[in-house]
Amino acid sequence: MTASATGKVPMVKAEGVCKNFGALQVLKGVTLEIGRGQVLVLIGPSGSGKSTFLRCINHLEQINGGRLYVDGELIGYRERGDKLYEMSPRDAARQRRDIGMVFQHFNLFPHRTALANIIEAPMQVKGVKKAEALARAKDLLGKVGLSAKADAYPAQLSGGQQQRIAIARALAMEPKLMLFDEPTSALDPELVGEVLAVMKALAAAGMTMVVVTHEMGFAREVADQLVFMDGGVIVEAGPPREVLANPQHQRTQAFLSKVM
Amino acid sequence: MSTDDSPPPGTGPATPAAIDAVPLRHPWRWVTAIVVLVLAALFLYGAATNPAYRWPVFGKYILDERIVKGVVVTLELTVLSMVLAIVLAVMLAVMRLSPNPVLRAVSWVYLWIFRGTPVWVQLVFWGLVPTIYKNIQLGIPFGPTFFHLNIQSLAPYFWLAVVGLALNEAAYLAEIIRAGISSVPEGQHEASVALGMSWWMTMRRTVLPQAMRVIIPPTGNEFIGMLKTTSLVAAVPFTKDLFGAQRNISAVIFEPVPLLIVASAWYLLVTSILMVGQHYLEEYFSRGASRKLTAKQLEALNEAEQLGEVGHV
Repeated sequence: MTASATGKVPMVKAEGVCKNFGALQVLKGVTLEIGRGQVLVLIGPSGSGKSTFLRCINHLEQINGGRLYVDGELIGYRERGDKLYEMSPRDAARQRRDIGMVFQHFNLFPHRTALANIIEAPMQVKGVKKAEALARAKDLLGKVGLSAKADAYPAQLSGGQQQRIAIARALAMEPKLMLFDEPTSALDPELVGEVLAVMKALAAAGMTMVVVTHEMGFAREVADQLVFMDGGVIVEAGPPREVLANPQHQRTQAFLSKVM
Repeated sequence: MSTDDSPPPGTGPATPAAIDAVPLRHPWRWVTAIVVLVLAALFLYGAATNPAYRWPVFGKYILDERIVKGVVVTLELTVLSMVLAIVLAVMLAVMRLSPNPVLRAVSWVYLWIFRGTPVWVQLVFWGLVPTIYKNIQLGIPFGPTFFHLNIQSLAPYFWLAVVGLALNEAAYLAEIIRAGISSVPEGQHEASVALGMSWWMTMRRTVLPQAMRVIIPPTGNEFIGMLKTTSLVAAVPFTKDLFGAQRNISAVIFEPVPLLIVASAWYLLVTSILMVGQHYLEEYFSRGASRKLTAKQLEALNEAEQLGEVGHV
């Protein structure tokens, strides 16, 4: 159906992606590629545009310039000839189904139990049968180590537990790509580890991931590519060990000296 | 199994004795209570002995067939107009917040008109609808007619009252619902959209259920308010409701005071019943808002404990 069948197409391909909020230019031409099963970690100071770029990938923000492809498919627009047409909300929703997202503040549905949070989208969006959705949800709860919390409401869970449920909720849609927007930034230090452990397991299982984080240890250990952004552009990119041990650019050196 | 009085680990050998302090005295509470009781007793004695209240008349009419029928009609007016108002209000609120600028404008104009004119005036207008629009015809404009209805011959004053009350109420409820929708954090919308849900599905499954917690208490007030506003349907004119029935009787027997008390007693009774219902609705829609365990969870925890399954929390 799509070019994904060839296996040669990168999972994410950004070509000079630009994004403005009014007169403010947040992304000034971001170009990168993420292969299948790869983990890309985005770092940078706040306001550097890393979260905005992440939100562009699943079209929570509409880009103003460049091209952004996920699995060979143009995000947010239809291209016919050399003209671009804005995508209908229905088509945009269909594109988002296959892209999971995990937020800094979890954003679990507070009026549903952990289990109900996980089965919500598969049943409502994909029309999966309840028994099947439940079986898969229980399996996912086991994978994030929270089988005992199926009937708990989010307010009864710790931050780390909530974030693990949020990861399970995103995985329930069987996404081909997972986006993490500072998934551990709102957590108490002692709870960060449990969330990172789930993410590491996910990476080891071959999930393609884009992670915005300040956890340099995670970046060093798990990332295939580390990208440092500042001022809406990519300043430096490469294998994490190289970038972290031997940053070439002055901005990268200044940033790393503050966070490490 | 541990018992309640064994010290938890790490608190040391001796549990400190429970505090046995003299409770704070509240003499002024007693004084105010006595003052209020005396005043209430005086008023009740006065009311019971003052012949102007005509208690025998009250007793005769409190269960009068016309009055009881009036209570039923008032309840019908209240429920029907509220149901219609809620449906309309949800539509107006969603339109007001929708990305479509035309729908936003329509909703705004509706609110502007129906909140900007008195409900009494609106009800008089609805009463005049059969005079203004004598017939309803359904068909192609300037073309053939498929359906024809003569409103004037129907004289549907009950339904005009329902519509009049509902359309006015919808404007107020729409604002309540809009406030409720706005109270749901932006992240909830984003999380739903990121899962591939459409705008409408996000509204229906994520936003509106959470907005209910904010919407229910003021809507309960509106419901109770509507019960009392039905007494204005005389403007339509429609007089079979509780207030109208009371007035019809008192106008014949020249006893306004006992019959007003009859009507008040019934309004108060129905309002009290509505308040109980509101309490249970609020409880239902606040689920997930508290860290306290629900009855179902406590039961599950108990079962697990008996089986010795509670290992880690």
